Amino acid sequence: MSTEQQIRDYILENYLFTDDQSALDNSDSFLDKGILDSTGILEVIYFIEEEMEIKVEDEEMIPENLDSVNNIVAFIKRKNESD
Amino acid sequence: MCGIAGILNLNSQENIDEYLLKAMVHQLKHRGPDGQGYYTDASVGLGHARLSIIDIESGQQPVHNEDKSIWVVFNGEIFNYIELTNQLKKLGHTFYTNSDTEVIVHLYEEYGDGFVNHLNGQFAIALWDSRNKRFLLVRDRPGIHPLFYSIYNNQLFFGSEIKAILRGMKQIPQLNAVALDELMTFWSPVSSNTVFQGVKSLQPGHMLVIENNGKLENKAYWQWDFPEDGQYLHKPESELAEELESLLVDATKIRLRSDVPVGAYLSGGLDSSSLVSIINQHSNSKLRTFSIAFEDEGLDESPYQKQMIDHINSEHSRIVCKRSDISDQFEKTIWHTESPILRTAPVPMGILSSLVNKHSYKVVLTGEGADEVLGGYDIFKETKIRQFWAKNPDSVFRPLLLKRLYPYLNMGQGKAPAYVQNFFGKALDQPDLEYFSHIPRWDTTSRCKDFFSSDMKDKLVSDVMTNMECSLPESIKQWHYFNRAQYIESKSLMAGYLLSSQGDRMLMMNSVEGRFPFLDHRVIEFGNSLDPRLKMKVLNEKYLLKKAMNKYVPNSIINRYKQPYRAPDIPSFFTDTPNDYVEELLSESSIKSNGYFDEKRVAMLVKKIKRGSAIGYKDNMALVGILSTQLWHKLFITDFKQNIMNQ
Repeated sequence: MSTEQQIRDYILENYLFTDDQSALDNSDSFLDKGILDSTGILEVIYFIEEEMEIKVEDEEMIPENLDSVNNIVAFIKRKNESD
Repeated sequence: MCGIAGILNLNSQENIDEYLLKAMVHQLKHRGPDGQGYYTDASVGLGHARLSIIDIESGQQPVHNEDKSIWVVFNGEIFNYIELTNQLKKLGHTFYTNSDTEVIVHLYEEYGDGFVNHLNGQFAIALWDSRNKRFLLVRDRPGIHPLFYSIYNNQLFFGSEIKAILRGMKQIPQLNAVALDELMTFWSPVSSNTVFQGVKSLQPGHMLVIENNGKLENKAYWQWDFPEDGQYLHKPESELAEELESLLVDATKIRLRSDVPVGAYLSGGLDSSSLVSIINQHSNSKLRTFSIAFEDEGLDESPYQKQMIDHINSEHSRIVCKRSDISDQFEKTIWHTESPILRTAPVPMGILSSLVNKHSYKVVLTGEGADEVLGGYDIFKETKIRQFWAKNPDSVFRPLLLKRLYPYLNMGQGKAPAYVQNFFGKALDQPDLEYFSHIPRWDTTSRCKDFFSSDMKDKLVSDVMTNMECSLPESIKQWHYFNRAQYIESKSLMAGYLLSSQGDRMLMMNSVEGRFPFLDHRVIEFGNSLDPRLKMKVLNEKYLLKKAMNKYVPNSIINRYKQPYRAPDIPSFFTDTPNDYVEELLSESSIKSNGYFDEKRVAMLVKKIKRGSAIGYKDNMALVGILSTQLWHKLFITDFKQNIMNQ
């Protein structure tokens, strides 16, 4: 399963409580759309660390990296490339 | 369920005192009000108090084999007895009852001590092999049924409850200070200790064998075991969810085997809701359910219970627990727990079983065990968050995740405040420590011991943390931290407190048998083989169970916030009307006379409570711990003659 799909499934299942793929757009802002609160973002970070085996530094915990499926996918790609 | 008790001569030449044996069994009459049975010879006396559930007509115990050389008394149920009976008959064994008890003697003839591996059930067994002069005490795998023993004057006394043993030994007991120290750290004594000096608890999954030559061997036949980190069942999630569903359905179905009607507890949480839904789909008769509600809104789960009752259309009875009920029933509760307790939560469970008894039911299924086996508790979440934090202990953001668990934590956007750092941040530099998960809890619980008297402190010769470390298996080092937390939780809190003080004792005080499908050893072994990420997906607890129960339980229950079961502590004892027995037991003279606690400190605590300033966990646990220890002393030491000898 692609990274993008893994993240989509996690958000849909755990925060939107649905398996309807149309309920989430990859560019939807988690905070603006009320999908996640700031603590919820930390859960997503936990998920990324657990599933993708990367470590997110404090300075990387910013909306540009984590506030949508697209942002997360791009962030993980950058992290993997820099390793 | 039932009660068992007995005497074994070790090097004693004394005849077995039948009157004494009967007096011991009499102490267990609440466990088995339907009849008594005895076997005695020159070496052994076996006694049984019966609660008739299977084979009402001919299931009396003790039960023997074909030539009456092997005798057994047992408390519990062998759920696979139908299959075992058929197998044993094919091997040539002749049965004279239709009970589950009889499979034990024939299995022992066939397989020796390995007989226990064939049993699927919950049991405390005493077996006498008169030909080989071998005596066995055996306890079920997770520790559902209690079994205690003590050696005194060259005789071994055993019983389902300690009061039967005290009656047998005829000696006023003494407090085991080390066990109280352990209880006020880990919630229950470590290993085989009990708070009664010299009385041992046979550990779950253990067998005590006494040979003719007097050699005594205490061996484990089953353990909670986990794979090395990474060596988990590798199958698609959907397949594992189906496997779990099918195991739970079978574990539930065999637990419906009974010659009397079977009901179920319904709390409104995921576990009991899953259970009643499974029963509903796989049983033809209308289900009977029972629940407890609380006056205190914050503790009450009635709306969720109602949803489930509507969903399964059960015939339901509910009882409301008031604060005054807890105070009124507290002494009776401690008589049955036979141990100090740190929360009042067992009391409502006793009130609930009295409701079951009132409706003439003898058996209930409960969801106990799901949190331990499939990863439901907050302590597991807390562990995950602390491990997440430990990856970068200087992180400003990582500890903020604790707010998911404890929304009242006010941490702003800056660094975690000092109290969060001090409490949850403990051992962050030692994430590989075997008991990393439990350090914050044990640290809080240990505050109860600040109230110990100096005499009591002098008696604490061993370090409880060393005792705990010694009780852990060597293999724990190879396990994932989540599995380590599950192991410690199951061995300490579940076996030592939830299944005993809050489980068996609160059921049996009203002659009710509890059955626990989530603690079927096949379910436990399956759960233990899972990747921890399937038990808790990030912070989504019991993830695989939710998947497996998707088609049984409404979404509103599956996705609901998990509410820990609790009962009011301090508010139950300190109301507008003074409570005489509480005042007396906590008085300076009473505290000083018993000698366990410092009377000045206790007086300060009482003052603080009366001022209305005692609201934290520490004060609540200390009050319940001190009050229950004082009651324990009164019931078993001060009133020994009246409560034990004159019965």
